[in-house]
Amino acid sequence: MDYFVQQLINGLTLGSIYGLIAIGYTMVYGIIGMVNFAHGDVFMLAAFIALILFLMLTQLLGVGSLGLALIVVLVLGMALTSLWGWVIERLAYRPLRGSFRLAPLISAIGMSIFLSNFVQVVQGPRNKTMEPLLSNVLVLPIGNGSVTLAEKQLLIMAVTAALLAGLWYVVKHTSLGRAQRACEQDRKMAALVGVNVDRTISLTFIMGAALASVAGLLWMTYYGVVSFNDGFVPGVKAFTAAVLGGIGSLPGAVLGGLLIGLIETFWSAYFTIDYKDVAAFSILAIVLIFLPSGLLGRPDVEKV
Amino acid sequence: MRFVKLAAAVFVTLALASCGGEQKLKIGVAGPLTGRDAVFGAQLKYGAEQAVADINAAGGLNGQQLELLYGDDAGDPKQGRSVANNFVGEGVSFVIGHFNSGVTEPASEVYAENGILMITPGSTNPKITERGLTSVFRTCGRDDQQGKVAGEYIAANLKDKKIAIAHDKTTYGKGLADETKKTMNGLGVTEVLYEGVNTGERDFSALVSKIKASGADVVYWGGVHTEGGSILRQMRGAGVTAVMMGGDGIATNEFAQLGGPGTEGTLMTFGPDPQKRPEAQAVLAKFAARNFKPEAYTLYSYAAVQVIAEAAKAINSVDPAKIAAELHTGKSYKTVIGDLAFDAKGDVTRLDYVMYTWQKQPDGSITYVQN
Repeated sequence: MDYFVQQLINGLTLGSIYGLIAIGYTMVYGIIGMVNFAHGDVFMLAAFIALILFLMLTQLLGVGSLGLALIVVLVLGMALTSLWGWVIERLAYRPLRGSFRLAPLISAIGMSIFLSNFVQVVQGPRNKTMEPLLSNVLVLPIGNGSVTLAEKQLLIMAVTAALLAGLWYVVKHTSLGRAQRACEQDRKMAALVGVNVDRTISLTFIMGAALASVAGLLWMTYYGVVSFNDGFVPGVKAFTAAVLGGIGSLPGAVLGGLLIGLIETFWSAYFTIDYKDVAAFSILAIVLIFLPSGLLGRPDVEKV
Repeated sequence: MRFVKLAAAVFVTLALASCGGEQKLKIGVAGPLTGRDAVFGAQLKYGAEQAVADINAAGGLNGQQLELLYGDDAGDPKQGRSVANNFVGEGVSFVIGHFNSGVTEPASEVYAENGILMITPGSTNPKITERGLTSVFRTCGRDDQQGKVAGEYIAANLKDKKIAIAHDKTTYGKGLADETKKTMNGLGVTEVLYEGVNTGERDFSALVSKIKASGADVVYWGGVHTEGGSILRQMRGAGVTAVMMGGDGIATNEFAQLGGPGTEGTLMTFGPDPQKRPEAQAVLAKFAARNFKPEAYTLYSYAAVQVIAEAAKAINSVDPAKIAAELHTGKSYKTVIGDLAFDAKGDVTRLDYVMYTWQKQPDGSITYVQN
């Protein structure tokens, strides 16, 4: 029992990180129907930004309070990563928006390669590490044994839940969210009734990048290491999560992330770790056979 | 067809353009200059660079100056092959490299087909020299020797402990883990857990919980520092105090940065520290002047170039095939890591793996110290 709960905690933590990144994929897909393959690398960039800011604050400026340092890193990191997200959209995607469907996709793959190579050149190819933070562990007695719940695992799950709730509110109840939903349904019509489509799309990219930035900071506190190619594996897993949950759906992205995290973890826990990715992707394939639009996705309605 | 002609024309032009002038003898150094094993790639590169510079300063190889070419395989077998083909096209005679056993294996086939002599300073998988290729040598040991030392150490010192084995599914990592397991099982110690993880991942929480549930006291890691360090950090984060034990793949100080303070006490098999040898002191000063710390494989790479130079001097020829034949005679050559002689397979004849422990230094850093 304690083993099961322990692995459940592991799976939920990993799934929350996948979910946070998956939201970025799903929002962009929802609004312009494009898979932003560079999003995984934006996340990697965000982890680097978080690391650099954190080291600057604690080593150079000598900020003693860990909480203060983390909050400053969070705010500055979100601002800087959002700037990257906006610039990428402005330079690489907007000029291709009227073009044929594959053009922005290729541009996104190019941007992904550009970002990882850029970081490799300016930051070097080595692993960048940070001292372990928030190492406090809660030991909870369960059954005959006990499980350990690290503070940072709790932090990751809480932040993901809070951000999902906040984002849900923005999309459902604010004018920005209304504009986003309008663009999602029909961009031309939205423009005709006075929605600034370009600005709405830019803001969507900024929101996605800001979430990636939070994921990057959580990643650094949890794993404490990042290298230039760390955008790839989490990016692919998060994209898978977005597809599994139903691409275009916000709660679907988080649900998909949690499912992928849990499947991987429980497969590793009770079977051999060798086949965990085989298991995760097989389940993805089976789900897509029976639910082609994912768990919470709405099927595409042909607009006549 | 037109493309082929055009390519052929370009190729011929380039080939002609590179002729003329003083003929330099080309020697290639190949390894993961970028990517997750870039630390080791840098060691190979710096070692070969320094050796070539020293030989050129002393008048070259039998009077011929050496030119060093670089090949980046990024730790990827496919890229390793293309680096090898590139070297063939450039007319390289000798190659120092590669690092990862899984990359060295396919690349060495290209070298063998094209009469290039290859010496790897860091590929320890037994298979590398077991394929009957006469042009393949190594200055490091083999994983079956290393796994034997690790397995015997476990059986002798940790017999009553519970042992878990994890590896990274690569030629090197799984090979080493399996050799250790074989030796240890043969001596009556059975592991409680045996698992393979994916390279390039960062989350090992499921493995860590599995280790915890198995009650292991020692975790034998077959793989490199990137995943090994992360597993160690996550073990300590989850309150697992098991000692980690690894091979030469974790022999870089980056392992301690990845692992955090919990790295202390980690056991590791590696060759006796070549930096302590009297022969190495003059070279060490040169590395210090270049501000490079010649860790782990740097001096093995330096020695690989030296071996070629010594053999070429002995037979007064720079023909790779003749040098290979000379090396196979079993004569011993003076290098910075001591006297090296090769057997018929191309392995060094001396057997040297010893146990290291990662210890905290007075300056607070954690590094590996020979037991």
